[in-house]
Amino acid sequence: MALLTRLSEQHRATVGFTLDGQPAQALAGDTVLTAILTQAERLRRSEFSGAPRAGFCMMGACQDCWVQLEQGPRVRACSTFIAEGMVVSTQPECNLDDVARRQA
Amino acid sequence: MTSAADVLQPVIIGAGPAGIRAAQILVRAGLRPIVLDEAPRAGGQIYRQPPPGFMRSKSDLYGSEHRKADALHSTMDTLAAEMDYRPGTLVWNGDGQTLDTLREGVAQTVPYSHLILATGATDRVLPFEGWTTPGVYTLGGSQVALKYQGCAIGSRVVFMGTGPLLYLVAYQYKKAGADVVAVLDTASYGDALAGLPGMLRAPRLLALGLYYMAWLRAHGVALHKNIRPVAVDGGTRVTALRYRVRDRETVHTLDCNAVGYGLNLRSETQLASLLGCAFDFNAQDRAWLPRRDPSGRTSIPGVYVAGDGSGIAGADAAELSGERAAWTLLGDAARPVDARRVAQLDTRLSTIRRVRAALERAFPFPADWVGGLSEQTVLCRCEDITVGTVRHAARELDVGELNRLKALTRVGMGRCQGRMCSAAATEVLAQARGTLPHSVGRLRAQPPIKPLPIAIVPADTREVSL
Repeated sequence: MALLTRLSEQHRATVGFTLDGQPAQALAGDTVLTAILTQAERLRRSEFSGAPRAGFCMMGACQDCWVQLEQGPRVRACSTFIAEGMVVSTQPECNLDDVARRQA
Repeated sequence: MTSAADVLQPVIIGAGPAGIRAAQILVRAGLRPIVLDEAPRAGGQIYRQPPPGFMRSKSDLYGSEHRKADALHSTMDTLAAEMDYRPGTLVWNGDGQTLDTLREGVAQTVPYSHLILATGATDRVLPFEGWTTPGVYTLGGSQVALKYQGCAIGSRVVFMGTGPLLYLVAYQYKKAGADVVAVLDTASYGDALAGLPGMLRAPRLLALGLYYMAWLRAHGVALHKNIRPVAVDGGTRVTALRYRVRDRETVHTLDCNAVGYGLNLRSETQLASLLGCAFDFNAQDRAWLPRRDPSGRTSIPGVYVAGDGSGIAGADAAELSGERAAWTLLGDAARPVDARRVAQLDTRLSTIRRVRAALERAFPFPADWVGGLSEQTVLCRCEDITVGTVRHAARELDVGELNRLKALTRVGMGRCQGRMCSAAATEVLAQARGTLPHSVGRLRAQPPIKPLPIAIVPADTREVSL
């Protein structure tokens, strides 16, 4: 299930957020990447192949960890901290069918 | 009338070991440098500090280098009030007089009289089948997960690649309680022997490296040399890594759910490129680097480079070259220079350069790696462009240069701007053309050097004309 394994620093306060419509908990100081991948297997899907992606460089260089927040903006998950009430989607409804449906 | 002090406005980009030491010297000289850094806290990647509220000690986080980390962090804490330190700031473009920055959604133009680029490095990677699968990370990324977040990249981890970081990260993971399945080094025992005489110049570094290897073996971690990856298995997450010994047919399989890999480091040079600095191909780094003199000057007056962003030499060299560049800047600005200190820095830097050459012999770039890649292997992570597409462009479309390749295939045009694919594109293109990496040219940088959000607020709205 989870991709990342917590080894230490687990004393921190919990932070509530929403992951793909489900309530979820992270720890204060987690990046969005850590918050998601300690309970899920991917951050997003490649826009080109549809294959799952979960980041790569963890230091803001590869740009492979951008995730969609329901509040609007996309954020780079490795360099954005999780915050109480964030609503995160690892499968944003952005395919062409959905766009067409919304425009209808 | 403005005094000289008013017009002397040095800017340092990067608050890693090079940037911090440069800033320290400039502050001591009575200047107030602007220090722009993408990270929320100073230290760079190697001495990256965890977010506030994390409890592990510096010796847990930085091991043998914890005193150096502590000294750098303390220096920055002590001097923060005497410089204009702007953490969380992306420099996304620049020209001869100003830099374009973005900090917490606010855009600002920062003028400079002198500029020190201390932009650091990221892992150099080459593709292999399955490298985009969730659970495959860079070595540096694996270390960030542990150091910055207290996490392992998986519960059964294989580390692969080459360079000092390979054994260090494996050691740190095992020590932190992770299950490290194996360490696979692309370098051979012959390479290690070739590097040994030069490594004797750096007995502490050599002893540390040998200690990590012995410690890993003693704790049941298998170390294999001279390997090449075959593929990562698992569609939605890593289930195994297949590899073979170089030039052998037999494929070995390791059950694991994460792979951390990297082939030494790659300098971040986009800003030097945008500023118009001249570049030369560096055979040791197998990369184009900003042309620099031993004092840190680039081809552009008033622009200096230091640390791994000016060529890979490691954290100790970064501290020295950061300080060196600051002294050069002061001298160029007709300020007093401590000549004895400068001579000392130059001596120590030249020793490190010889050690670096030995390290490169011990952990050479596996130039044959890309030859074994299948046509369908993804080369560009951003847009899923394959090795086959690059080879086709090279052979059928007569493409022999990287910027032409980018125009026709989009390799290097995605969000990462070539950071993750330029080494691969260079090697695959050169091999398909039957030529050497330096002859396929250098990928030019484009602004913005990293993606910008659409909603940016100018710092001073009066400057916006609509």
